[in-house]
Amino acid sequence: MNKARTNPLNTFAMHGALIFYTLIALFPVFVILINSFKTRKAIFKEPLALPDTESFSLIGYQTVLKQGDFFLYFQNSMIVTVASLFLILLFGAMAAYALSEYRFRGSKLLGLYLALGIMIPIRIGTVAILDLMVSTGLVNTLWALILVYTAQGLPLAVFILSEFMRQVSDDLKNAGRIDGLSEYTIFFRLVLPLVRPAMATVAVFNMIPIWNDLWFPLILAPTEATKTLTLGSQVFIGQFVTDWNAVLSALSFAILPVLALYVIFSRQLIRGITSGAVK
Amino acid sequence: MTALTLTNVNKSFGAVHVLKDISLTVEDGEFVVFVGPSGCGKSTLLRVIAGLEDATSGEIRIAGEQVNLTPPSKRGIAMVFQSYALYPHLSVRKNMSLALRQEGQPKDVIEQRVANAARMLNLDPYLDRYPSELSGGQRQRVAIGRAIVREPKIFLFDEPLSNLDAALRMNTRIEIANLHRQLSASMIYVTHDQTEAMTLADKIVVLRDGRVEQIGSPMELYNNPANQFVAGFLGSPSMNFFPAGLVNEGDDRTMGVRPEDLFLSDDGPLLAQVIHVEHLGGDTNVIANVQSHQVTARLFGQHSIEAGQSLRLGFSAQKTFHFDADGLPAA
Repeated sequence: MNKARTNPLNTFAMHGALIFYTLIALFPVFVILINSFKTRKAIFKEPLALPDTESFSLIGYQTVLKQGDFFLYFQNSMIVTVASLFLILLFGAMAAYALSEYRFRGSKLLGLYLALGIMIPIRIGTVAILDLMVSTGLVNTLWALILVYTAQGLPLAVFILSEFMRQVSDDLKNAGRIDGLSEYTIFFRLVLPLVRPAMATVAVFNMIPIWNDLWFPLILAPTEATKTLTLGSQVFIGQFVTDWNAVLSALSFAILPVLALYVIFSRQLIRGITSGAVK
Repeated sequence: MTALTLTNVNKSFGAVHVLKDISLTVEDGEFVVFVGPSGCGKSTLLRVIAGLEDATSGEIRIAGEQVNLTPPSKRGIAMVFQSYALYPHLSVRKNMSLALRQEGQPKDVIEQRVANAARMLNLDPYLDRYPSELSGGQRQRVAIGRAIVREPKIFLFDEPLSNLDAALRMNTRIEIANLHRQLSASMIYVTHDQTEAMTLADKIVVLRDGRVEQIGSPMELYNNPANQFVAGFLGSPSMNFFPAGLVNEGDDRTMGVRPEDLFLSDDGPLLAQVIHVEHLGGDTNVIANVQSHQVTARLFGQHSIEAGQSLRLGFSAQKTFHFDADGLPAA
């Protein structure tokens, strides 16, 4: 057994560092949560104090639920995020499989071209994208956002997934071919389950920027019917007056679904079923 | 009837010519072993037969039918992989029955065949387990079972034993030999281990650099190797080669003597300096230098020989082989 691992001092230091980091990371979330339950005065007087009987107030949540169609925003965000993730994973995995599995002329170049998107931020093309969306009539629809986010997420997805797919045993795929499985069945039934941890990683990486994005909803789909949660919360932030109760409550709401999605995906990171296939 | 006929099969990966003009036949029920050092193209040849790689030129016939353009699943073959390649998310039963379900066989036929295969391979208690819950030997048996249920025209084995430990390898080797007797099916078996080749094969195909060096029964190859490479490759420990000039003044050929044909002899022609001795109980392997040439002698029984000592080795003239500078037999 490794001595460094059993040394209690090392264990303590390691856990200490991890706990310290966890506290730092969770602190802003904690502050948002406690302040969302306080009156406006209490937020400014003592931002770090817990809500007590005097300062407790649900005024923020009431405002959020009353003003604007909060559930619609919520639903929009959810549709956009889930649909984009689905398309990113589906097309990303298929492209990655083609690049890693089949030898064809220009496959290296194509892989490089697909990975180029990692280096070039999609926002540089905002004007062109807006132009495109207006002329295709997709502006002010959720499809505009889904398509843009899919495009934004694909390069990294292809890059990560093709690396993982290269590691899937050739023998396994060939066994499938000899057993008469089609290429699609091999892809969906044999390869995808084996790269599930990588798929979960890609999903988690893509989910948070999409959920939090303000830029594209503001430009491509700012109408009431297509507002996302992040954009919807902006109504409470004014140039002169900001309704902090409402902003904090909206943010608290917004954290929940990301948390739920994260839990779903991170469970996939646990392998287990994958062992025993080869060797 | 012939199970498989290859005619002038070539395979290139880009500029690399991997298989060069390979022609051979496998008769019905024959156990053929492809053997050769790593990189000789034996696995590629197997994959070309399976249809996992296309031959660049040449003709492949399985049971008389040309299959160059037939996909692997329609060629009537089944393959056992070195890494087992079991489907991790399917139980043993489903692993074995997948191909049959894919072919659309009726349920009772599938059940019958899986049950038969499981009985043959002692897999009955494991049918509902997943591959991750099995040991290496059991996984290999499942892989073999998956091939058996298809009742293929030819079984293809790609180094099936190289992931098993030595004891299990011997057992599984015997199981495969038994299986061949029971099924009397044609089998092609790829290995780099000459012991597996010698013990299993009806016919050995020795490959080197993508070329067939010799085809024949194990004893034919052992007794009449076509060239120095085959002579050195088959037999363990491998054949000793030294300039014939050591024995006959002025002879410029290479002489080959198998380790088991060397014996201790006080007036033997080879004066050897012992470097190392391996005592195996039944045999004693003596590794010695004859001038600057290393020679191995396999002596039957136990001998008290120690490193550093000198001894004389003899051999009978009928048990020697002679090769010219190109490695071809020279009488």
